[in-house]
Amino acid sequence: MTLLGENHITEEGQFVINMGPQHPATHGVLHLKIWLDGETIKKIEPHLGYIHRSIEKMCESLTYRQYIYTTSRMDYLSAHMNNQACALAVEKGLQIEASPRAQAIRVILAELTRLASHQLWWAATGLDLGGVTPFFYAFREREAINNILEETCGTRLTQNFVVPGGIMYDIHPNFQNHVKQVIKQIKDNFHEYDEILTGNVIFQNRLQGVGYISKEDAISYGCTGPTARASGVSCDIRKQFPYDGYDKIQFDEIIATGGDCWARYEVRMAEMLQSVHIIEQLIDNIPEGDFQTKTKAVLKLPKGEFYQRVETARGELGVYLVSDGAATPYRCKFRSPGFSNLSAIPHMAKEAKIGDLMAIMATVDLVIPDIDR
Amino acid sequence: MHLWLRAAISSDLLLLVTEMVIIGVSLIVFLVLLCFFLGWMERKVAAFMEIRLGPNRVGPMGSMQIVADTVKLLFKEGLTPNASDKFLFNLAPGIMVVTSMLAVAPIAFAKNFQIWDVNIGVLYVSSISSMAVIGILMAGWSSSNKYSLIGAMRSGAQIVSYELSIGLSLISIVILSGSLQLSEIVESQANGWWLFKGHIPVIISFVIFVIASTAEINRAPFDLTEAEQELTGGFHTEYSGMKFAMFLLSEYINLFIVSAIAATIFLGGWMPLHIGTWASFNHIMDFIPSSIWFLGKTFFIIFIIMQFRWTFPRLRIDQLLNLEWKYLLPISMVNIIIVTAMAIFGWHF
Amino acid sequence: MTKEELKSAISLSSPTVTYDESGEFLTVLITPDDLLPLMNILRSKAEFEFDYLFCLTCIDWKDHLMMVYHLQSRTHQHCLVVKAKITDTLQPKIESVNNIWKTAELHEDEVFDLFGVTFLNHPNLRRLFLEADWNGFPLRKNYTDENMIKL
Repeated sequence: MTLLGENHITEEGQFVINMGPQHPATHGVLHLKIWLDGETIKKIEPHLGYIHRSIEKMCESLTYRQYIYTTSRMDYLSAHMNNQACALAVEKGLQIEASPRAQAIRVILAELTRLASHQLWWAATGLDLGGVTPFFYAFREREAINNILEETCGTRLTQNFVVPGGIMYDIHPNFQNHVKQVIKQIKDNFHEYDEILTGNVIFQNRLQGVGYISKEDAISYGCTGPTARASGVSCDIRKQFPYDGYDKIQFDEIIATGGDCWARYEVRMAEMLQSVHIIEQLIDNIPEGDFQTKTKAVLKLPKGEFYQRVETARGELGVYLVSDGAATPYRCKFRSPGFSNLSAIPHMAKEAKIGDLMAIMATVDLVIPDIDR
Repeated sequence: MHLWLRAAISSDLLLLVTEMVIIGVSLIVFLVLLCFFLGWMERKVAAFMEIRLGPNRVGPMGSMQIVADTVKLLFKEGLTPNASDKFLFNLAPGIMVVTSMLAVAPIAFAKNFQIWDVNIGVLYVSSISSMAVIGILMAGWSSSNKYSLIGAMRSGAQIVSYELSIGLSLISIVILSGSLQLSEIVESQANGWWLFKGHIPVIISFVIFVIASTAEINRAPFDLTEAEQELTGGFHTEYSGMKFAMFLLSEYINLFIVSAIAATIFLGGWMPLHIGTWASFNHIMDFIPSSIWFLGKTFFIIFIIMQFRWTFPRLRIDQLLNLEWKYLLPISMVNIIIVTAMAIFGWHF
Repeated sequence: MTKEELKSAISLSSPTVTYDESGEFLTVLITPDDLLPLMNILRSKAEFEFDYLFCLTCIDWKDHLMMVYHLQSRTHQHCLVVKAKITDTLQPKIESVNNIWKTAELHEDEVFDLFGVTFLNHPNLRRLFLEADWNGFPLRKNYTDENMIKL
């Protein structure tokens, strides 16, 4: 076995392994080059681009109606929130606002998507730490949510339901009943999540004290979403820069101060219940009215720059539109939450074990197409 | 059978060889069938834990699924990586299977049904089963794969550590029964199983044995050598086809062996359940064949170990070693002293 | 702080900058040479405390490149946009801000990869997405590739 050379064993005796692009725990094609001393991680360097589709360049030749739907393929687990952000950016440029009915439906769908995303995250966290069973428990509820999304939006994963000025169609007649059923199912079954994973001693020991990041570092690395909130950073865009009527809804911003994987786990678990709470408030009070504001067939944004921030399941998504007055964006930049959260992983995983890296990647909840765009 | 063969074959040497071949072939067939059953059972247990159905299409209740899987594995191409040490790479799965099969020899499957009643049975089993680490190290090293190497090194640390706890928990029964021979240990439990006779210290030994042997055979939550999510398969990353199937085979044989040993040592082997002076109850229990008793106990322990796998997440390597060196080993050492005192003063039933 | 307060406070510490108030956020226009001193003030002074760089990108305006930094303060919750105009499009250079905000390291790698802006004093400037020997910078307006399809 020949393992000499810079890419195998360094001069300091560090063992270099390439985790990914095809590895069971990187949730896609993330490639991390890792320098190991025994089992201890000394340095991590992310290598990206294996699934880069240059969405930003594509958007420069798509109209303001079309470009929304490329973003479903960025963070495919919060596809609806991505679409929402893009539509809101266009609405900001056109200086229109979606009707109250459309806003309420958007918020319900966004929270359903967040629930589905967090359930997949919970399932994958269990799986990454070696427990296969949680996966099936989380997917039981996720399937039910996806069925609702399919019924109303037509697709299960990339909903593409948002248009500038509202939503594409009105909701399915069964929507409200089915959402209520799912909410009840989640509330009834939530204790099983705690029984199978949260209360498990091995699981707690795997997460507690692992992957610590301080509040200052979390801000400096640009962490957002549950990753930052677990370090005590108040960063919920829904509270700070409310959009689509989030300011009229009662909910708590979950903040923990632990900063480790366990804090991130707890924040996400509590966020699921908050999403349930938001949906409960809205589902019986969807206002009557139009589901779409009338817009022109060809949208043209005035000259200028429009920045829209949205809280997706992973953190803050920013859509930065630069318009020169034409029917297509001059420049379109997506500030994706995963990209900034990824940059904190080498910091979190320093001096951790290989097994800890799995816990860190699982609790930061990376989605690779979101990072690569 | 011995007498019947004696009549047919006159030469002593030929007789011995014939007997060995018959036993060997029937043992291999038995073990392979057993592994089929365990594979099916594992899927069904997993499905039971995971609120789903499990295999249910091939054969009655999906029982032929595992046969179909085996056929698939047989037809797969057995790749040997170019950079690997080809001799060791191909030898490793064989060593794994042979070492696990060797340990079956002294196990008493039923009353007077034992392949080889060696007088140091306990020592023999524990020494043979620790040879599995050689196969794992060999596989990990010769694959010329970094993940395999890390997996193999982990298994070295893990198996050598957990060997100690297994040995110490077995010794507690050896002290109580005063013999290393498995048949005598079984005989000593005629009036009650050690788990019930030996008070709390033996229960502690039993728990330690089950935990440590789960680690010894690299099953979850101690499957760090494979650790799919960390090491993409660990020492058997590079194996495919039949060579991979042999690793699976040895895993299930090992699972059967540790459960059989636990059943023999702690739960009385083929001895039926007797309760003190309840003569009629004891009599009914005696009607159940001894092989059923043995297999029933064995599969009970297999079921427990399978439940571990589908319940717990995996430990980290330092937590794994902490568990052994900071908890299991000191506890079993103190336990040995208590058991010795019990044996000397005759405090057990 | 509101836009007006920010404007007057920045004018006090660095009088040479110009402003653009047409957008949602107050925009500060500077030259690349002024970048690092201004950013240091914005990060360290207690009245600004822009500790969160939430977006770092570049715009190709054909005759010049515009670096755009979106800043937010987690304590004061005010936002600011800093724009640095790079006139040399053939060999664009600008100081790296990764010593001020650690998140800048990967974002600057991305801008280097897709726009070709070289960041001075960057610890590990590399092509993040594309291969190391890739020709051209895809997000530039003049980028062409034989396999490109006009939509």
